[in-house]
Amino acid sequence: MADGKRIDEATGTSTVGHEWDGIEELDTPMPRWWLYTLYATIVFAIAYCVAYPAWPLVDRATHGVLNWTSRSAHAEEMRTEGARRAPTIAALARIPIERLPEDSKLLDTAVAGGASAFKVHCVQCHGSGAQGFKGYPNLNDDDWLWGGDLKAIEQTLRNGIRQPGNEETRTSMMPAFGRDQILTPAQIEEVVSHVLTLSGREKPSAASRRGAAQFATNCAACHGAGGEGNRTLGAPKLTDAIWLYGGDRESIRQTIHNSRNGVMPAWGSRLDPVTIKMLSAYVHSLGGGEDFVPPAPKPSTAAPSAEAAATAARTKNGKP
Amino acid sequence: MASPDDLTGPKIKLFEAREKIFPKAISGNYRRLKWAIMAITLAIYYVTPWLRWDRGPYAPDQAVLVDIANRRFFMFAIEIWPHEFYYVAGLLIMAGIGLFLVTSSVGRAWCGYACPQTVWTDLFLHVERLIDGDRNAQIRLQRAPWTAGKVAKRVTKHGIWLLIAVATGGAWIFYFADAPTLARQLFAGDAPFVAYATVAILTATTYVLGGLMREQFCIYACPWPRIQGAMLDEKSLIVTYKYWRGEPRTHGTKRAGEAARRPETDHGGDPQPGVPSLEPIDVAAQMTARIGDCIDCNACVSVCPTGIDIREGSQIGCITCGLCIDACDEIMDKIGRPPRLIGYSTVADEFAAAEGRPTESVARRLFRPRTIVYFLIWGSIGLAMLFALGTRQRLDLSVSQNRNPVYVRLSDGSVRNAFELKVRNMQSRPREVEVSVSGVPGAVIWSANGSRANGASTLRMNLPADQVAKTRLFLAAPEAGPARSELTFSVRALDAEGGQASQTSFFERPEAGQ
Ligand code: SF4
Ligand code: SF4
Repeated sequence: MADGKRIDEATGTSTVGHEWDGIEELDTPMPRWWLYTLYATIVFAIAYCVAYPAWPLVDRATHGVLNWTSRSAHAEEMRTEGARRAPTIAALARIPIERLPEDSKLLDTAVAGGASAFKVHCVQCHGSGAQGFKGYPNLNDDDWLWGGDLKAIEQTLRNGIRQPGNEETRTSMMPAFGRDQILTPAQIEEVVSHVLTLSGREKPSAASRRGAAQFATNCAACHGAGGEGNRTLGAPKLTDAIWLYGGDRESIRQTIHNSRNGVMPAWGSRLDPVTIKMLSAYVHSLGGGEDFVPPAPKPSTAAPSAEAAATAARTKNGKP
Repeated sequence: MASPDDLTGPKIKLFEAREKIFPKAISGNYRRLKWAIMAITLAIYYVTPWLRWDRGPYAPDQAVLVDIANRRFFMFAIEIWPHEFYYVAGLLIMAGIGLFLVTSSVGRAWCGYACPQTVWTDLFLHVERLIDGDRNAQIRLQRAPWTAGKVAKRVTKHGIWLLIAVATGGAWIFYFADAPTLARQLFAGDAPFVAYATVAILTATTYVLGGLMREQFCIYACPWPRIQGAMLDEKSLIVTYKYWRGEPRTHGTKRAGEAARRPETDHGGDPQPGVPSLEPIDVAAQMTARIGDCIDCNACVSVCPTGIDIREGSQIGCITCGLCIDACDEIMDKIGRPPRLIGYSTVADEFAAAEGRPTESVARRLFRPRTIVYFLIWGSIGLAMLFALGTRQRLDLSVSQNRNPVYVRLSDGSVRNAFELKVRNMQSRPREVEVSVSGVPGAVIWSANGSRANGASTLRMNLPADQVAKTRLFLAAPEAGPARSELTFSVRALDAEGGQASQTSFFERPEAGQ
């Protein structure tokens, strides 16, 4: 077959030499420029192999005369990006956190940066939407254990909650009323009844009235006489609809029996101040952020919502 | 093509060297038409970006502008946003069907006159003639040794080509930015890098395609000749050699003179069936008794910008530029024969003419079902787009519910959802609008930088001109209610022009008991 090559008379072109059912194929030559394009690609390929890493060796590839590596290209990009961000970072470092809302552009940048940092450091406990879980506060709502203005949030983030060894950490200690036998199980049951009436979950009863007396003695110091909470002590408000550890009878009973003392890392020792500022701005932006009110004497029952303390059971979402 | 040497044995060629073409200058009606179209198309290309169009203080005043950075396309009174790209798609479909329409009625008119490849190649050919002289001088120069004079001519020619190429690339970028500003930047050297890169790339393509590749682009690279080949039918207008008049060819004007004395009626007695033959020599052998009008002067071949011989029949290389018609008419005039031995005609007409039957009238050829159907499709797409353009809304709203978390319980027991609102203000002026919500009783809305305390049932927004205003919006409603209820956001313009848009979304609450 291959020797069947012949010149096709009509075109003067050679055939490739095979034939099926009388059909032959012409071996039409390519245009010259086409061929030159092929040569050009070959030259390019050789030049590329010389200039760039190309040939795999045992533990690395050839270096290429340009010494290019994807690692150094990445480092270079990071340097450029770092230089681009430097002024913003410096501005964030300068501005006191409570004055951030005055610069709306800087605030937007901080919120965006905080959203990224949140995904790295915070989602493990608070969830990717900051929605929280039982025992880990929802940061979207308008209820704050330790205060919800920018400055309070920043302080909580920097010093953490109940971190031994940190002077400024948020701290308080709820007694384990049942375990430590401060109250009998029956008394606890009565306190539970009273607590449930505070938020209107149950109607007042004889038991709840007895519980009110116990509450006044044992709980009101932190949670307030009416269960309005106390942010200085991180004592949750017991009159609202938000229950960090659950608002049903059984959960509250357990909370009073064993107490609840949630913890949060002091991020000041792990993250730089600018990142903490950005995280604060992000958390503040989620929908429950409060306006900063310059402290009058001392932030005791600061911030708009007053709360009363009560048993640990109801810690609703604060920001531990 | 087939030379006797070829038949001595297969000779494998690695490549086919291009045979350089030296088209001869010609004057005539089609040449004048080509000049006119070249002037018009080049003028449109170069002038368009410099036309101004007042759109007020918030939009560019360039009549035609493809603003890639801001993703807007301006064309006189029309402004197109990216989501309205279907108008561009519609225009492309119209262009496609328009080409079908043109091809089935007047053949490859696009290729012959208006295609940029044709226009620029034509321009480059004129420059070449200006420097090197006409065909014969060019051929002589090509063969001449490299003297200083030849080098000078070559340098001048390529220099002018490059200048044209730079001007071509340079004009293109003005469609993508404010032309006067960009022109200033371009010369001051502080235009964006991409502008210089684009000019460089287009300079290279113009120089290579118009100066070096020329007809090879049409023959090897362009898909259109292939598509047109399928589009043409026996009633499409093509440049045709009237073989029944021209064959057998005579050599020289002497015998042509004899032919001139031949009675016209001879033409009708053609013994050949009316099939255009690819092998006119065979035809000639059978027609020795007759003398055709073609004197084999090769004028038609030498003017052809793609270097083909139209007498071999309709072929892919023919862009129907009509220059061979001008060339042959000149010859026919000299030898006293009627013009249009080569002319625009259809295959069907040539069959008829060869058999002495009357040919179809122009009107009947143009208005046949195929062209009418193409025209109707083309026209209805155009009308539909005009209608859509006339009635389109310049205010638009899109809402997406924030799903992480879906709902948030607030301390007073009510439930809050968050929504991302995008309000498109497609007018080139700022507008004030009011957002309202319906479908959830007791709903209060506020924007993310407001607070619940001053939330209300509506929300005012100031939209910047010609932009999408994005805002996060919170909606709080009492706890009691279905776990999922549909709600409608509406946005209403508060200015005199008015207009509104709405979109539905969902409000979700915790299941009862949670
Ligand atoms: S054959 Fe005639 S019409 Fe066709 S490209 Fe050549 S000159 Fe133009
Ligand atoms: S220009 Fe006319 S006469 Fe001359 S070769 Fe072509 S067809 Fe024949």
